[in-house]
Amino acid sequence: MITLLTDLPIAATGAFSWAWLMIAIPAFGAAVLLLGGKAVAGFGHWLAVLASFTSFGIAVVLFILMLSSPESSRAVAVPLFEWIHLGSWTISAGLLIDQLSILFALLVTGVGSVIHLYSVGYMAHDERRSRFFAFLNLFITAMLILVLADNYLVLFVGWEGVGLASYLLIGFWQHKPSAAAAAKKAFVMNRIGDLGMTLSIFAMLALVGSSAFVDVDAAASANASPWWTTIGFLLLLGACGKSAQVPLQAWLLDAMEGPTPVSALIHAATMVTAGVYLVVRSHEVYAQSQAAALAVCIVGAVTLLVGAWIGCSKDDIKKVLAGSTMSQIGYMMLAAGIGPAGWAFAIFHLLTHGFFKANMFLGAGSVMHAMDDDVNMRNYGGLAKVIPITFITFAMGYLAIIGFPGFAGYFSKDHIIEAAFGQGLVFGVIALVGAGITAFYMTRLMCMTYLSQKRWNQGVKPHESPLTMTIPLIILAAFSFVGGAVMNGWIQGWLAPALGTHPHEVGWIPSGIGWATLVVVGVGVGLGWFLFYRKPVPKQAPDTQNPFTIAGRNDVFGDAVNNILVVKPAKLAADTIIANDTWVFDRGVDALANVFLKLSNVGRKLQSGQVRSYALLMTLGVVLVTAVLFIGQLG
Amino acid sequence: MTIPDPVFEWLELSPVLVVFVAACLGVIIEAVVPRKARFYCQLVLAEISLLSSVGFLVFNGVRGAWGPLAMKAVMLDGPAFVAWLALLVFGFLALLVFAERKINAGATAFAALASAVPGSATESEAIAQRREHTEIFPLALFSIAGMMVFVAANDLLTMFIALEVMSLPLYLMSGMARSRRILSQEAALKYFLLGAFASAFFLFGIALLYGYSGSFNLARIADSLGFSTMNRGLLLCGIGLMAVGLLFKAGVVPFQFWVPDVYTGAPTPVTGFMAICTKLAAVVGLARVFYVALGAERWSWQTLFAVLAIATMLVGVILALTQTDLKRLLAYSAISHAGFILTAVVGAYQNVAAGRVNAFGSIIFYLIAYGFGIIAAFAIITTVRDEGGEATRLQSWNGLGRKNPLLAGVFAFLLLSFAGIPLTGGFIGKWEVFASAWAGGFWWLAITAVGFSLVAAYVYIKVIMAMFFEEPDETVVVGKASLFTWIPVAIGALATLYLGIFPEHLMELVSNLQIFLR
Repeated sequence: MITLLTDLPIAATGAFSWAWLMIAIPAFGAAVLLLGGKAVAGFGHWLAVLASFTSFGIAVVLFILMLSSPESSRAVAVPLFEWIHLGSWTISAGLLIDQLSILFALLVTGVGSVIHLYSVGYMAHDERRSRFFAFLNLFITAMLILVLADNYLVLFVGWEGVGLASYLLIGFWQHKPSAAAAAKKAFVMNRIGDLGMTLSIFAMLALVGSSAFVDVDAAASANASPWWTTIGFLLLLGACGKSAQVPLQAWLLDAMEGPTPVSALIHAATMVTAGVYLVVRSHEVYAQSQAAALAVCIVGAVTLLVGAWIGCSKDDIKKVLAGSTMSQIGYMMLAAGIGPAGWAFAIFHLLTHGFFKANMFLGAGSVMHAMDDDVNMRNYGGLAKVIPITFITFAMGYLAIIGFPGFAGYFSKDHIIEAAFGQGLVFGVIALVGAGITAFYMTRLMCMTYLSQKRWNQGVKPHESPLTMTIPLIILAAFSFVGGAVMNGWIQGWLAPALGTHPHEVGWIPSGIGWATLVVVGVGVGLGWFLFYRKPVPKQAPDTQNPFTIAGRNDVFGDAVNNILVVKPAKLAADTIIANDTWVFDRGVDALANVFLKLSNVGRKLQSGQVRSYALLMTLGVVLVTAVLFIGQLG
Repeated sequence: MTIPDPVFEWLELSPVLVVFVAACLGVIIEAVVPRKARFYCQLVLAEISLLSSVGFLVFNGVRGAWGPLAMKAVMLDGPAFVAWLALLVFGFLALLVFAERKINAGATAFAALASAVPGSATESEAIAQRREHTEIFPLALFSIAGMMVFVAANDLLTMFIALEVMSLPLYLMSGMARSRRILSQEAALKYFLLGAFASAFFLFGIALLYGYSGSFNLARIADSLGFSTMNRGLLLCGIGLMAVGLLFKAGVVPFQFWVPDVYTGAPTPVTGFMAICTKLAAVVGLARVFYVALGAERWSWQTLFAVLAIATMLVGVILALTQTDLKRLLAYSAISHAGFILTAVVGAYQNVAAGRVNAFGSIIFYLIAYGFGIIAAFAIITTVRDEGGEATRLQSWNGLGRKNPLLAGVFAFLLLSFAGIPLTGGFIGKWEVFASAWAGGFWWLAITAVGFSLVAAYVYIKVIMAMFFEEPDETVVVGKASLFTWIPVAIGALATLYLGIFPEHLMELVSNLQIFLR
């Protein structure tokens, strides 16, 4: 067993005791926008943007304060109030601002603010704009509760809050049946994951008597128990639901029905990575259980391939990016499961992915904006010259995700691949192959959208997006470029006190595995280039017998599997229960009720209204009473 | 033989004396105060006497003046204290409802001239002159004073006298309804005849017990058990006959026949008063006699009471199913509640940890929770009216939720409390009495009772369904009542909610005041 020692958080003073404002301000914004109705419709969206930027400002101040304090006193606990006091359990609500959670707070509020700004342009003509911004602010609130919570139960509040916000925003265009169905699907599938979350919290309360991170960490590192494996698996189930990992992956592709800024913020950069956060936050639990940690690796590796596979075969630009998101989160999961060597890399990749994926989603939104909300890449082509800013910023994201040397993804993903080889040859090979496939489908996307010949529908006149949309793109593109290089040498050391790890030496020059990765990526890019640039792209998706393509177009049969494994048995069970209810219980209860009613009608006759019969019955009663008393003596 | 000078603890007895004196003053007021001023004189006198009685009671309680009073005729102990407090509070609320005149075009719910033949010229003349019976207030005070002595009576003779003092005014009050007078008079006569019949059994039972034990004093009777040289049959017959008198007042099967007729016929404010005060007095008196005097004989009477509890719940619940009149429905509901309470009496559970309630504690909690609800419920019934006065047919209540959602909502809430749904005082009360019966060894009785309360829920939910899911009856309106009605309704509903959410406050009070002294 590895003993990992993390520094205990110190009590909050000064600016840190105001950290709750980070959560309260967007919550207030959401409340004003939701309750204000028409009164705030004119300026409400700017209020939401302001709220989000204010939270970001607070996060930056706290981050700077943490940078300037000594390493041992960076983690700060901010107790808020006693929440539940029941028997021997006292659960208090509080915030934990440590090296891990502050990075998340920065990502959520930073990318969130940029996306708020982008949405001002993107949603300019939507009638329910202020409601949209209210939900965005609600999401920021919930996500900050999730990442800043100091115990699992408070985390769960945020966990459910982001689920709610996600549901509301996927179904934001509720007049579209597909959007309403997608929202419902996301909600239901997340429920399954939430079941794992709740059970794991129950198990912690039963085992440790507390759900606070410090208590659970201390208990997990102090005593081994088979329960840690159970808790680890339950937490993984929760993480799979939220992060769209196999086997709970099917909702994410449908979630693209939501407005594109939502896809960028919730379903790419922040919420879907909450599962990775959960696993890394629970590192002591996984350190206790080899089996649970291995399960995390397997889930990550499988999802990495499945997501990439889906990404290769979709023509819908957002769905390609969604498949890619699944795949990239698979990388993070794989890293998180590897152990101390991978935790920091998982977070590293999570951050860089947050930048470049949000960048590309917003870019996709800009393309859709130009193409009259068409999402089919077969109707695109040759857009590079028409919408140059979008193209160049998107290209930054592209180079980052395929791991072009110097760009953000190059650093973060390479570390994961190397660490995967350290975990086992199979994992290493999967991660390596995944990188090649990623390069292939992203090249396909770039060629079909920007580079190949025009295949526009009639009447479509593409145009560049307004400044409110392009400025966020430029900001995120800049981070996609330099984000990796900036954090590469720093992040391990920064996170070490929070995770109890020791930084590994990371170089700037590719190692052997790094060179191999570059070769594989090059092959992927070349293949994509050859198939989708050199050859003409047909306007209709070609019929194919290729089982891989068919499977990919059908989301690797995720829905079919769900149907067979869950939906059909559940419907059968429901039908059986309904039949049982109708034929056994209802009939039984009705019959019983009739017996009582008949008895009642008989009994009423005794209440004749005649006082003489009452007196007679009373006399009989006296005889009965005395008789019972005497009979009682016999026994 | 020397007769000692009687010792009389004036201060300790003051809560009862105040009420008695006020009742007597009320009689004098009837004679000397001009008719126009009588109503408010009587009302103010009655309510002030009840409030000052509470004051004296609390003063004595804080002083810790526990012990036998008036030559051991009365016992001031925890149960007497709580019962007195409850009687005074419920009496106060009930008398407020008595004073409602706004809803009935300026007249109370009581007959203009009770002695006139219904429908006669004399009656019409009395109505035209706007006469009214303000005697209802002193009558109620006499009854309350009788109940107070009854629940604290330390010997059987005092108890008998108190029983009559509390009952006789009730017979009269039942016959004083302004509308449907014949029904009301019939109810009063039935109540009187059957009450007298039951009293006879009670008195005979006392005589037999005296014969067996040689004393009326509860403690002395307890001492004699097992040591008397008399025939045991004397004891058993005495227990049985005396139980009849007490069970009659509590409305336990097979002595419940008066309940539906009297509850329906009596003026609705009086029904509300009877429903809680009479029941509370009867049950506390029953518990005192059987726990203090006959506790050692519990193996004899527990089986009897268990049988009667089941019969009472059965009759109360089953017959409520087919009732079409709301007052009658609540009468059967009252019978079923007597059965539920009796389960805790049967359990006779005494070994409790500090801060927990024993059998008496659970019973009194149940009664208090029920009392707040039932007073408010009957007060609400007085406000739902058609041309003929109160519209008590269940059909008339159809769609009330659309006419007056707040009133219907409050009534529904009270019904849920009677049904024992959580977040109401009724739920906690049921929980406590069943738990007490269980802890006393009668787990099967507790389970049976839970089953019956399940069936009973149908009755209450039926009324709620009618109020909220049926088409309204347009001839029925919610009358404009004054604060005399709305204050008891509000207090009753809020107390029901309060006891459902924060039962621990009353529970703590009761758990400190639940041991009978002997």
